[in-house]
Amino acid sequence: MADKRLVSMLEEKTYEYRKVILELCHKHGGLHIGGDYSCAEILVTLYNHTLNIDPDNPCWEDRDRFLLSKGHGGAGLYCVMAQKGYFDITELMATYKGHETRFGMHPCKNVYKDLDSSTGSLGHGMPIANGLALSARMDGRKYRVFCLVGDGELMEGSNWEAAAVAAAFKLGNITVIVDYNRLSLDGFTDEIVSLSPMADKWRAFNWNVIEMDGNNLEEVVDTFDNLTPADSKVPTVIIAHTVKGKGVSFMENTAVFHHSKVTDEQYEKALAELKKNYGKGAEEV
Amino acid sequence: MKLKGPYDVIYANSRPYWHDALEYIGGLDKNIVALTADLSRSVATEKFRKAYPDRFFNVGIAEQNMIGLAAGLALNGKIPYCCSFAPFLTMRALEQFRTDVCYMNLNVRMIGGYGGIVAAGPTHAGLEDAGIIRGIANATVVCPSDVSMVKKMYEASVRYEGPMYIRMWQGSKESDLYDEDYTLEIGKAIEAREGGDATIISFGAIMREAVVASNSLAEEGIRTGILDMHTLKPIDKEAILKAAKRTGRIVTLEDHSLFNGLGSAVAEVLMDAGVSCRLKRLGIPDVYPVYGDNQKLFAKYGYDSGAIIAAVKDML
Repeated sequence: MADKRLVSMLEEKTYEYRKVILELCHKHGGLHIGGDYSCAEILVTLYNHTLNIDPDNPCWEDRDRFLLSKGHGGAGLYCVMAQKGYFDITELMATYKGHETRFGMHPCKNVYKDLDSSTGSLGHGMPIANGLALSARMDGRKYRVFCLVGDGELMEGSNWEAAAVAAAFKLGNITVIVDYNRLSLDGFTDEIVSLSPMADKWRAFNWNVIEMDGNNLEEVVDTFDNLTPADSKVPTVIIAHTVKGKGVSFMENTAVFHHSKVTDEQYEKALAELKKNYGKGAEEV
Repeated sequence: MKLKGPYDVIYANSRPYWHDALEYIGGLDKNIVALTADLSRSVATEKFRKAYPDRFFNVGIAEQNMIGLAAGLALNGKIPYCCSFAPFLTMRALEQFRTDVCYMNLNVRMIGGYGGIVAAGPTHAGLEDAGIIRGIANATVVCPSDVSMVKKMYEASVRYEGPMYIRMWQGSKESDLYDEDYTLEIGKAIEAREGGDATIISFGAIMREAVVASNSLAEEGIRTGILDMHTLKPIDKEAILKAAKRTGRIVTLEDHSLFNGLGSAVAEVLMDAGVSCRLKRLGIPDVYPVYGDNQKLFAKYGYDSGAIIAAVKDML
């Protein structure tokens, strides 16, 4: 079972994360808030607990690698990197999407060197993750490679090429997390091109499959704490059942908030809901 | 530079030379990794595999995945050589090359066999490959012009910084172009022959047609220079402008689409410099070439030695 103090710390970080995203969305003319919220607990747990990384030595060769294959979640990634201490969050608040910023809509390694890779075009993260994992094996390094993909993104065939290769090359040092929020830009994925049954697909590709409630911090921590060893022979996928827009009632399960601005009124309403749901003394959510 | 001759043999079978060259550079740097998408024998990775089995990977018939995986390897300091046919690398895996490799300026090399017209037909032929990659920021585009240049090109690529597309060609018989040794420098054209009446600029094995034409014109007292533009990007502007100023007549020759290839690149250089000269571009027109004998197809599509001779005479 996840340590209560750890979960409590992560809860605070998750609340802060959601407020930061809302603030950025309100201040800078919109972002991919729905998907940032669905993977909040995942990103917060990875960066504040799971990943073996050192912000003071960001290019440390033995660090765990993280690829945000759903690169439109860039704001979420920047937020947790700030929480971890890579940079001061005030820079993000002031410069997000600004002129010649380090923090554009999609993560760009050219201007922000601490990233493990630039991402943004869907279906690109897993093949790159394979290369990072394969070179770890070639060099006898023990780190893990984590790759967060969206469920809509899995419509891209390149992911399934990569899934086949990871299993064939026995890349057990890879952990893919599917942010299974069931919505893409245009609507519900099951109504566009359904990838259901999701778990069976990965099993058929010879992956180790774990399912979790991706918005439940205790489950997320437990899942990340109990991964198979990095030197195992089978890659792992965590299918994280999540809610797009999680935490703000009018954003939840709507395609509109895949990428959206928020009005002043919506901002105030969302902020109040976040406080109610995640603020100190909030009821169990 | 002394050229061999006569050139009745137009096509060089470069494949054994790729094998040797890839195996050779494998010994130069332990970070070199060879990848193929199930075309080991066709794109000559077998010798490398036998010499360095721990640094060879067949990713299966999945070129996008090969280039993405190569980006991941390169992020960790490896130098992947990705071997397949030109259209599969430059079209199917184009976005991975552009967005995963070139955007991050990674040391990935794509070796694309079957540049130009090939016996397997248009599905397997690199008709537009060099032009496609030429438009990608950070990418370097090279093509050896004869079999002896293959090893030099591979060797030069090892220490070259940034992404590179190495275009190769199919062939049936051996031949090579140069009769003396030289140092190959990426980005620096080779003045293969001097001549004051016109300059033929070419790249790849089709350069042999330029030599045949040049020899034939010489018999009539017409002196043509030959510029070996083995690096399409970054192109040697200085060499082009020097030729334009010297002869005022340029013929470009490529076994590649006339769109966005060597001829286009030369025209851009001339226009940007405000240099006016006669220019005739020879290459594959706006068609998918039919199956057939290569030599006859070069003539059919207007880029064999006869076409060069006609173009030069038309300018005089």
